[in-house]
Amino acid sequence: MNKPIRVVAVFCLALFMLLLVNATYVQYVRPDGLADDPRNRRVISAAFSRERGAILVGKEAVARSVPIETKYKFQRTYPQPFKYAPLTGYFSYYSQTGVERSQNRVLSGDDSRLFVTRLVDMLSNSEPKGGNVQLTVNAKAQDAAFAGLEALPGDAQGAVVALEPSTGRVLAMASTPTFDPNRLASHDFGEVADVAEKLNDAENQPLVNRAIATTLPPGSTFKLVTAAAAIESGKYDAGSLVPGGYKFQLPESETTIGNHDGGNCGGPRITLTRALEVSCNVAFLSLANELGTEAMAEQAEAFGFNSTQLEDLPGQAKSLYPRDMNAPQTAMSGMGQSNVTSTPLQMAMVVAAIANDGDVMRPYVVDEVRAPNLSVLDRTDPETLSNAVSASTAAELKDMMVSTVEQGTATVAQIPGVEVGGKTGTAQSTEDRPPYAWFVSFAPADDPQVAVAVMVEASATARNEIAGGLLGGPIAKAVMEAVITR
Amino acid sequence: MTQTGSLMGFVHRQRRGAELFLLVLALAVGIGAYAAVGLGMEGTIPADIVGYGGWLVLLIVAAHVTVRIVAPYADPVLLPLVAALNGLGLAVIHRMDITYEAMDKPNHDFAQQQLTWMTLGVVLFIGVLVLLRDHRFLQRFTYTAGLTGIVLLLLPFLPFIGKEVYGARIWINVAGFSFQPGEVAKVALVIAFAGYLVLHRDALALAGRRVLFIDLPRGRDLGPILAMFGVSMMILVLQRDLGSSLLFFGLFLVMLYVATERPGWLVVGGLMFSLGALLAWALVPHVGRRFDIWLNPQDYYDSVGGSYQPTEALFGMGWGGLIGRGFGNGMPERITFAESDFIVAAIGEELGLTAVMAIILCYGLIVERALRIALIARDGFGKLLAVGLGSVVALQVFVVIGGVTSLIPLTGLTTPFLSYGGSSLIANWVIVALLLRVSDQARRPVPRLEPEPGGPDEEHTQVVKLR
Repeated sequence: MNKPIRVVAVFCLALFMLLLVNATYVQYVRPDGLADDPRNRRVISAAFSRERGAILVGKEAVARSVPIETKYKFQRTYPQPFKYAPLTGYFSYYSQTGVERSQNRVLSGDDSRLFVTRLVDMLSNSEPKGGNVQLTVNAKAQDAAFAGLEALPGDAQGAVVALEPSTGRVLAMASTPTFDPNRLASHDFGEVADVAEKLNDAENQPLVNRAIATTLPPGSTFKLVTAAAAIESGKYDAGSLVPGGYKFQLPESETTIGNHDGGNCGGPRITLTRALEVSCNVAFLSLANELGTEAMAEQAEAFGFNSTQLEDLPGQAKSLYPRDMNAPQTAMSGMGQSNVTSTPLQMAMVVAAIANDGDVMRPYVVDEVRAPNLSVLDRTDPETLSNAVSASTAAELKDMMVSTVEQGTATVAQIPGVEVGGKTGTAQSTEDRPPYAWFVSFAPADDPQVAVAVMVEASATARNEIAGGLLGGPIAKAVMEAVITR
Repeated sequence: MTQTGSLMGFVHRQRRGAELFLLVLALAVGIGAYAAVGLGMEGTIPADIVGYGGWLVLLIVAAHVTVRIVAPYADPVLLPLVAALNGLGLAVIHRMDITYEAMDKPNHDFAQQQLTWMTLGVVLFIGVLVLLRDHRFLQRFTYTAGLTGIVLLLLPFLPFIGKEVYGARIWINVAGFSFQPGEVAKVALVIAFAGYLVLHRDALALAGRRVLFIDLPRGRDLGPILAMFGVSMMILVLQRDLGSSLLFFGLFLVMLYVATERPGWLVVGGLMFSLGALLAWALVPHVGRRFDIWLNPQDYYDSVGGSYQPTEALFGMGWGGLIGRGFGNGMPERITFAESDFIVAAIGEELGLTAVMAIILCYGLIVERALRIALIARDGFGKLLAVGLGSVVALQVFVVIGGVTSLIPLTGLTTPFLSYGGSSLIANWVIVALLLRVSDQARRPVPRLEPEPGGPDEEHTQVVKLR
């Protein structure tokens, strides 16, 4: 019977080897995956009991941990909660969002770049501390953006994104309605659960960062993309004549589309610059119709549509320019309607690219990662994503936008002594929902320091172009003024 | 009867000194762990460490002295391994008690009870070694043991005393004491299988057909395998416990294979069990659910009786990493039954992969010693008994630790010697006593059959010389 006993021994050896290998997998190979599971309370409890790093804007902390006499030793606090909530997100016992989530490893001290710090902490037997995250945000611009949204009539919902055109740094990002992350960071978990439930169920969705997560038809601001596609096609320049008039008849259809003011844009044939100045629907519908879906889609994608770019904040929604649109839909897309949707961030990227000689930069929020002693561990380098239009096309578009502010629909954004370029937009998704007011702009024209996109959804908005400009324009202007230093 | 022990003049040494040395190490593990629990949980070495350690030493020394007297040639490694595991288990259960007490749970004296069970286990261990001087005596009780085993397995189905815990019906409740009769049944069944197979092995081994290099058994010999298959399936369907079912049928197959030396039995049995398990998975909701939870743990985390327990075990073990968080620095209380079925996860969390590997290796060594005893045993019954007892430990450890670490679907079995649980602990101490008895018989020098020097032959030569 000894031979089968030896076989049984080998079999048992295999069983125990399996157990050893599996235990190694569970405890050594897999833990990172297990630690990232949001339900893993051990990791959260440990993170809760640790001195988490601060999130800094300029020299001020917009999120920091302060010692507290409870089981968890540290309380996460947000000194300017509502203003920065879309950026910082919240850090609760149950989950995290925003920079609190994307930079969790740095803030909690687990990041490999903090290895030396961790080692020193361990050797000196002191409590481990998290690293700090320096944001790209300009505090004054953020103040202006948030104050502007807050000052809107009624309980308007809106978002503002400001970018530095040459780098892609996010200078401001605000969204209303917003929430107080302090209440979610409380150690009274019962209350936290209640607050979270209320916020999740609220109809006006305060937890949504509208600047990056809400996609809406960009309306007339998308005419910039149409104009870019037209000039890039080589058949047009800023002075080329394009169709004006009262109506555009959609292809394969009986429907006609008029201009926002019911006028004729100043004649049957107008210059492309004039068309942008007065936001002439007829001109841009016929341009989009002539260029076709493919050319329009390629131009939109060159600006960043149909993909996501933001790595520092979770939840960027894809702005869409679908390639399966039929002819009437493509024509409608020329003025940012039909199936075209965009986030405020995406429209800010379009303007920033125009202001930056046509180069699209990856937007980023995290400027530097710092050790607890504030020494810089890592700095984000600007990254060029694509060249959306040539430098000469960009220059022509810039001039067209400047003239739109000087003598077109966007005069509300004029800043004395500074050349500003801009474009208004009003879009509607369905008849029963209020229209969205858009405003995009950049300044100064000779050396662009800031590109802004403002989106406002307000029940009070009239369905006309200038009313939209009146809502978003002043906010964009305030943000630009906050950034421009001269 | 082969005389492996004395072939080529090799005689096993007693090695009781080695056993004593290893026992000192094992006690250091048990008492050291108890001290570490005190340091980690309360910041001081527990005040009762002398009393606790003294009791542990007393039990182990009593076991060792018994072995020295009544089984001097027994394997010297088994007892220390078991003592180390039992001691570590006690410390970890004590660690859970402290947390349970802080959480105001009604039951937080598991360690105290476990120590009582261990005492009872050691008493039985001593009793078995003292009273059972030759394991072949058990062969007389082949059918009694078989009947006992089956009755024990069926006890949980009786009204009033049987009770269902978390969907599996493997408990009985008598006079306030809960008992898992399956734990005792496995010892009885090993004895029954060994006794039956040693008698009928020839009938089962001979005759058959060869298909694709495998000797398949004759159809009419399928009787016992079908009977055991039926019992296993009954356990699976009625008790809804895949682990026990796998344990008993696997045990039977291994012993059948060893007795007959026919791999064909393994093929037939393996196929039958796979089919049965597949059917149960499809037809018995509880078993199917366990499978679903195992395959998609993410979907069942929040549902009642879902994957909360195994997922928390994984979180805990992952959190423990290579060297663990240290006693008192983990959250093993988040894992339901961290003191019994999931004790390995609690150990993984606070003592790390290192300790889990050490434990698996200890079990591996126990199985290895058992199979070694089987190899050198001089009688067929002893061989089968040792193989059976070793396989029971191997299968049970695989099913439990594999379940806890999500290698296989979860089942409700205890980790031998570590887990809180009286029936399991006592049964396992008896298993060790039986193994030591068989090994003492196997390693003892064979009495010489030729006449002693100074017998008539030698006298005769001397006479010639003298003249």
